[in-house]
Amino acid sequence: MEQTQTPLVEMRNISIAFGGIRAVDGASCDLYPGEVVALLGHNGAGKSTFIKILSGAYKRDSGQIFINGEEAAISNPRDAKKYGIETIYQTLALADNVDAAANLFLGREVMTKYGTLDDAAMEAEARKVMGRLNPRFQRFKEPVVKLSGGQRQSVAIARAILFNARILIMDEPTAALGPQETAQVGELVKQLKTDGLGIFLISHDIHDVFDLADRVCVMKNGQVVGTARTQDVTKDEVLGMIILGKCPPGAIPGPGALKEAA
Amino acid sequence: MTDTTSNAPVDRARAAELSAIGRFLKATELDTRMLGMVAALLIIWLGLHFLSGGLFLTPRNLWNLSVQTSSVAIMATGMVLVIVMRNIDLSVGSVEGVVGMVMGVAQAEFLIRVVGMQLGNPWLWVIALITGIVVGLAIGALQGFIIAYLDVPAFIVTLGGLLVWRGVAWWITSGRTVAPMDATFQLMGGGPAGSIGSSWSWILGIAACAGVVALLLNGRVQRKRFKFPLRPVWAEFFLGTIACVVILGAVKIANSYPWPAGVVNKYAAANNISVPEGGLFIAHGIAIPVLMAIAVGLVMTFITNRTRFGRYVFAIGGNPEAANLAGINTRWITMKVFMIMGVLAAIAAAISSARLNASTNSLGTLDELLVIAAAVIGGTSLAGGSGTIIGAMLGALLMQSLQSGMVLLGLDTPLQNIVVGLVLVVAVWLDTMYRKRV
Repeated sequence: MEQTQTPLVEMRNISIAFGGIRAVDGASCDLYPGEVVALLGHNGAGKSTFIKILSGAYKRDSGQIFINGEEAAISNPRDAKKYGIETIYQTLALADNVDAAANLFLGREVMTKYGTLDDAAMEAEARKVMGRLNPRFQRFKEPVVKLSGGQRQSVAIARAILFNARILIMDEPTAALGPQETAQVGELVKQLKTDGLGIFLISHDIHDVFDLADRVCVMKNGQVVGTARTQDVTKDEVLGMIILGKCPPGAIPGPGALKEAA
Repeated sequence: MTDTTSNAPVDRARAAELSAIGRFLKATELDTRMLGMVAALLIIWLGLHFLSGGLFLTPRNLWNLSVQTSSVAIMATGMVLVIVMRNIDLSVGSVEGVVGMVMGVAQAEFLIRVVGMQLGNPWLWVIALITGIVVGLAIGALQGFIIAYLDVPAFIVTLGGLLVWRGVAWWITSGRTVAPMDATFQLMGGGPAGSIGSSWSWILGIAACAGVVALLLNGRVQRKRFKFPLRPVWAEFFLGTIACVVILGAVKIANSYPWPAGVVNKYAAANNISVPEGGLFIAHGIAIPVLMAIAVGLVMTFITNRTRFGRYVFAIGGNPEAANLAGINTRWITMKVFMIMGVLAAIAAAISSARLNASTNSLGTLDELLVIAAAVIGGTSLAGGSGTIIGAMLGALLMQSLQSGMVLLGLDTPLQNIVVGLVLVVAVWLDTMYRKRV
């Protein structure tokens, strides 16, 4: 559908090895504006590692990343943020001992004209954005370690959207959440999508993400099994891709797909 | 209908339960840990006062206590940042020693014999002090670089530093003690000359009170600006009054400690003042090293609470990975923390060598342990991520109170060490219990 458009993100032949183990082996994937792509695979399939290369947490051994068609140099998280790439990590990546506002602005603090931290302004801004995501959230003065899983998750999401991200990466966004909070995150994803963000959802549980995603990209043993539009494949077919590496007819096979002959 | 009316008293009862202490703490926003520490300090003071037969809580002893505390308190403020970042610095005592030696050699030998400056040249102490601070900074930078960029654990790097810098301090003069210090340099060590006198102490005390009031007012204005909940007015008045009473009380005590008779008589003779019957009363006032410690405490509090750097230090301590993913340059921050520690060790070295009026290679021996103990007793968690500057300074005061109190009681040195060691362990145990409960 968007084939004529330039992709927001294009990752081409990305490889990375940790001490001889090829965690990601020649993987490619792209993402268009206003699109949700689910990156699926078993634990250890390399999906988190693959996406951490985009977010700058790991440095790739080879391959290229294009943002809006232009080659991007991403070698640390600061670089990624410059391209508008925001990540919500599986481990939430919050500093437990400081409050919500400090976490929201970590690395991009609001300063007063004297060059000191403007905590009041940051807290006011935090109240605004948290009011949008989680209106009942009131515990602005407490360190985030005291918050519930859902509250921590909303802090993490608020941090990602606070700075007008264009590309959002969500690594197991609902793993720590109850059903109601999961539904909330789903609503949020839809809202961000209509705002024109491109979103990567990473999960090993297809049920979490299938209904939210426009396309799926399945990885196995560090390689891409295939990509497919969710309307062209069934959940069972995608499960077959995840478990067996078998590429169904509705999907575009990648280098990791099971060869028909074998 | 009946339900609602019957519920009301229950709620009121709950509010009343919180009442007295709870409501007071909520209104004043005071930290219970800090209050506990102040209480412990007061109990120790009263206990020592009682045991020593009224020798402890005298202007003379408290004034000396303040001077003795300052060098450890200064280093403890830096140690807070180091420990908050989940590191440790075992080398501060040795860095203090080597920097003291460098400053001593610079002003007593090098600048005079090699550069040819006159004794008493007003630049002597300035150059010596700056040299010392630069050396401290360089040592901190070197150790910080090895820790941050070469990934050697801080424990090992600074354990090595403990030996290396002590060795260097010895090696500079082959173990010889360097003395005396420049007359102006000596002022940093306190003593009758190294204190600012009665009037200046009052002026500073009143200025500090004005500062407290301004801070409280500014806090209120800021909260109003963003419509955050305000403290009740009585709580603001209470906090302001307590702070001012403490400040002015400290000034009063410092101003009640007179110069010794010999010094007064010499001073009177030199200035053609006739000494009245019963001796001339000239107050010490606040000592210069104490002022330096207070200044360091204020600057360090500002750095930790109000700057980006301070925020990052705490964030890294809370979750180093998260801080890195948030785009914080964790290595550079680590290195900077050790550089600050080096500078603070240099300032402490200036104070202790000025006080001793000599540079010895044993200056600051075992200070690293006092400094770490002060920070930890002051509530800095060894697991990283939490700690306050004021807490560490109070911790230093507490340790020093115990130590000088035991000297007053005439306890033997081994016994003193045993007590200090036990207090450290018990204090941290109490703190662990407290943290579990909260």
